[in-house]
Amino acid sequence: MSINLKTIKHISKLSRISVDEKKAEKLADDLNSIFEFIEKLNELKTENVEPLTSVAETTLKLRSDEVKSKDKREQIIKNSPQENEDYFVVPKVIE
Amino acid sequence: MSDITKQSLSELIKNIKEKKISSTEVTKAFIERSEKSKKLNVYVTEDFSVAIDKAKKFDENPNLDLKLPGIPMAVKDLFCTKNVKTTAGSKILNNFIPPYESTVTQNIWNEGAILLGKLNCDEFAMGSSNETSYFGSVQNPIDKDLVPGGSSGGSSSAVAAQLTPITIGTDTGGSIRQPASFTGTVGLKPTYGSCSRYGIVAFASSLDQAGPMAQNVKDCALLHEVISSYDEKDSTSIDFKRNNYSKELTNNIKGKKIGIPKEYRVDGMPKEIEDLWKKGIDYVKDCGAEIIDISLPHTNYALPTYYIVAPAEASSNLARYDGVKYGFRATGENLIDMYEKTRSEGFGAEVQRRIMIGTYVLSSGYYDAYYLKAQKVRKLIKNDFDEAYKKVDAILTPSTPSSAFKIGEKTNDPVSMYLNDIFTVPVNLAGLPGISIPAGHDAKGYPLGLQIIGKAFDEQNILNIAYAMEEKINFKNKITDWWIK
Amino acid sequence: MSKDKSDYLINRKDNQYEVVIGLEVHAQVTSKSKLFSTSSTKFGAEPNTQVSLVDAAFPGMLPVINEFCVKQAIKTGIGLKAKINKRSVFDRKNYFYADLPQGYQISQFKDPIVGEGKVILDMPDGQKEVGIERLHLEQDAGKSIHDLDPKNTFVDLNRSGVALMEIVSKPDLRSPDEVNAYVKKLRSIMRYLGTCDGNMQEGSLRADVNISVRKKGTKEFGTRCEIKNVNSIKFMQMAIEYEANRQVDLLEEGQSIDQETRLFDTKKNETRSMRSKEDAHDYRYFPDPDLLPLEISDDFIEKLKLEIPELPDEKKKRFIEKFKVSPYEATILVSDNETSNYFENVIKKSDVKLATNWIIGELFAALNEKNLEITESPISAGNLSKLINLIKDGTISGKIAKTVFEHMMEGDKDPKKIVEEKGLKQESDPKALETLIDKVIDDNREKATEYKSGKVKLFGFFVGQVMKVSGGKANPQLVNEILKKKL
Repeated sequence: MSINLKTIKHISKLSRISVDEKKAEKLADDLNSIFEFIEKLNELKTENVEPLTSVAETTLKLRSDEVKSKDKREQIIKNSPQENEDYFVVPKVIE
Repeated sequence: MSDITKQSLSELIKNIKEKKISSTEVTKAFIERSEKSKKLNVYVTEDFSVAIDKAKKFDENPNLDLKLPGIPMAVKDLFCTKNVKTTAGSKILNNFIPPYESTVTQNIWNEGAILLGKLNCDEFAMGSSNETSYFGSVQNPIDKDLVPGGSSGGSSSAVAAQLTPITIGTDTGGSIRQPASFTGTVGLKPTYGSCSRYGIVAFASSLDQAGPMAQNVKDCALLHEVISSYDEKDSTSIDFKRNNYSKELTNNIKGKKIGIPKEYRVDGMPKEIEDLWKKGIDYVKDCGAEIIDISLPHTNYALPTYYIVAPAEASSNLARYDGVKYGFRATGENLIDMYEKTRSEGFGAEVQRRIMIGTYVLSSGYYDAYYLKAQKVRKLIKNDFDEAYKKVDAILTPSTPSSAFKIGEKTNDPVSMYLNDIFTVPVNLAGLPGISIPAGHDAKGYPLGLQIIGKAFDEQNILNIAYAMEEKINFKNKITDWWIK
Repeated sequence: MSKDKSDYLINRKDNQYEVVIGLEVHAQVTSKSKLFSTSSTKFGAEPNTQVSLVDAAFPGMLPVINEFCVKQAIKTGIGLKAKINKRSVFDRKNYFYADLPQGYQISQFKDPIVGEGKVILDMPDGQKEVGIERLHLEQDAGKSIHDLDPKNTFVDLNRSGVALMEIVSKPDLRSPDEVNAYVKKLRSIMRYLGTCDGNMQEGSLRADVNISVRKKGTKEFGTRCEIKNVNSIKFMQMAIEYEANRQVDLLEEGQSIDQETRLFDTKKNETRSMRSKEDAHDYRYFPDPDLLPLEISDDFIEKLKLEIPELPDEKKKRFIEKFKVSPYEATILVSDNETSNYFENVIKKSDVKLATNWIIGELFAALNEKNLEITESPISAGNLSKLINLIKDGTISGKIAKTVFEHMMEGDKDPKKIVEEKGLKQESDPKALETLIDKVIDDNREKATEYKSGKVKLFGFFVGQVMKVSGGKANPQLVNEILKKKL
């Protein structure tokens, strides 16, 4: 299998990271060598194996329906690169 | 006392409790040595003047019942610290000041410790040499231009160089144990769910664990006792009975069954690692433990599995760094342009590489072939350990396949860099506790570590084995202070 | 039970097309705090005042699930006669947007909390069953505001993380009317359960509408389009109308339909394509590693079953059987819990038949005119009950009752008092009526003679006169009897 530039462009778009030609070529090289090494997994037959998503041997704990987090606007907005008193501000969204 | 920074944590606590030294004296001593050690580049953020104030305050009304009374310490910059800049080693967070404290660091301050500052690490903990940090690489105090390991490289270097008596790191695939091994220090990766992940900048949620790093096993046990807690704010935190690890520490491991997995004898492993391992086996035998050969048949598949699972989770965990709520923002003509430039300029090359891998393995058409496959193999790897633990109490392996390498030596070859974690990664995949202890030196005089892997929640047992071995090994770290002269 | 009996067809020269509709309804779970965080869900707060560190996706923040939201979803599942899955999984749906702080939405993809169920619709030509495919829990996003600034978009995260139930129907709906009935029925069930307030103005209930068309009689489904985020039943109906015709036009021209996401423009009353194809989304769903699978015991479900109130279908059945109301009346009376409660309170002490007529007739009309909900009715159930009893025992006539009712609508007054104060009591004393009738006959001698000579039509005139003179208060039955005798 081989990851071409078109694939790199596609995943860079999905991950919202811009890549120019040079960077795309380097990434394609790197990813190809990494995937070559990853392909080792194909040696294993896993049809009847249950996938493991978490090693935490416990069940999901449920919390009670209480409002505890209040009046955090200042804290929440303070770190934002651009904000006004009320909102986070981002460049215009173009649909 | 002139050599405060040479004292172990236990000695410092004893001296503070006996009022032989004050917290202020201790704090000043570590700060003074840190000021002289800028060349190591361990600190991303220093909080020295605040630390001295806190120490003075502690001394005015010392609570000596606490576990870490007035002990100054620096922590990896992956832990969010309230009102102290937290960067995760990344440009994208280089101006981020959290309005909250991670549970693990809160536990530490609750026991009387004082924050010295934030320690350098690989960007978002992605790396094995601390070279991916936006804030530059860290020097290993063992030798000039030697990497301290990673991702907790600032932490391992700071402990080895005695700039902090103890510290905490995080370990996703070996990020505590490998740097501990590279610097002649002790590092414990606890059972998944033992330490809360709340307030730790996430890399790969199903693998990340915080853990203690120290100069010796006893200090490590004490710090683990402080940081391990059940936390309702982390849904993967596990409510189990936690020991007083330092109090219950014993060097009596007679009759313990120690497994030696044959698959860890990898091709091309340096002879000195092989020899170290044999020496380690002799030590545990000397302690009265029994050696049993075991097999962990899927060991070779752990690294490929890890390089699917960890990037997949990371690609999603790092989506929040988009220039909207906090951190770095690049100028963009519109929202999407802003996203793409922010993330391209804000993340370093290794982080971008892993986000790309993760995005790819989750993308439509590849999920089953990669991500699902990896989860299934992860199950097989865990099953291997479950089988082995029917026969043994713990497993002994080398910590790393080599000693520390030179800065720049592996930066152009990601796969050879990844191979560094070959012995540590299976432990994260299975969620088990593992500890690395210094066990000897290679021909160049660089430290080498051995890893003891335990059953889930059985930290006490591996700490005991490490404690018993430590006594036999009698390791002395060769720190020459080359960077000060 | 009739299936697919709908006669909503789109006609073109030689062809008739059937419309196939499936709905993904997003219903906001009624809860105090959010699905995975402890900030408030209250509507209408100042921007970004109900945002926690978790909602704003600060580094290292983790989700912890709200038990009440889980219960609400299970209750809704029970109300939809659906299978409750004892193990369900939360997945991340990955995409970037300004109002999605995490860069992913926590949702349920492969293993939802609720599986297949059904909803029964009461259509004019009988009942229709609509299949439910699944119900899952997910987080709502924040809000992007594009019109406050020419260069920038403003982001309010108050809604970010609020719990939603996405209820996915099977493609069983065939007309805008059925969609109307379906959404109303769904809303009614959730309101009975108290799991969603169904307030569409506040965005508590929105839907994505999937539409395809096919020639009448064909079995295969056509290519469908999804119309995103329609927030009123009327708009859903308009969008379907437009979209179905657009698709039929394309087919009639020999063109094919692209499977795509479309947006309903409420101003232009048309749907338009939302995204170009090369930008197609790939959500990269995978199990959220910050959460474990949600496991629910039988005991947990059984306890919730005990909390389920009587639901509209069962209540309707009971009303028909016990109170002998017609199916049509029963459907209206059970349409929401408040109406049925009102009805049951009224009939506690009064006649069912009269109560039904007064509620469905006068009361609904009056409330409608004033744009009031039944819970805001100026006339309490107790007072309506008194009014009905005044009619029943002959104290007032039906006609006078309407006058009394109007006074009652002005404020919740006791009808007896109104009758007394305004002197509206019906005159049923034969002697008094005789005096009155004598006077009317006296005043209209000529007409009385005409009547007697055979012009019987004039009887109505005399009744009218008596009623007029009595100010409408004369007992009409007695007036008839006495008049007949006297004339």
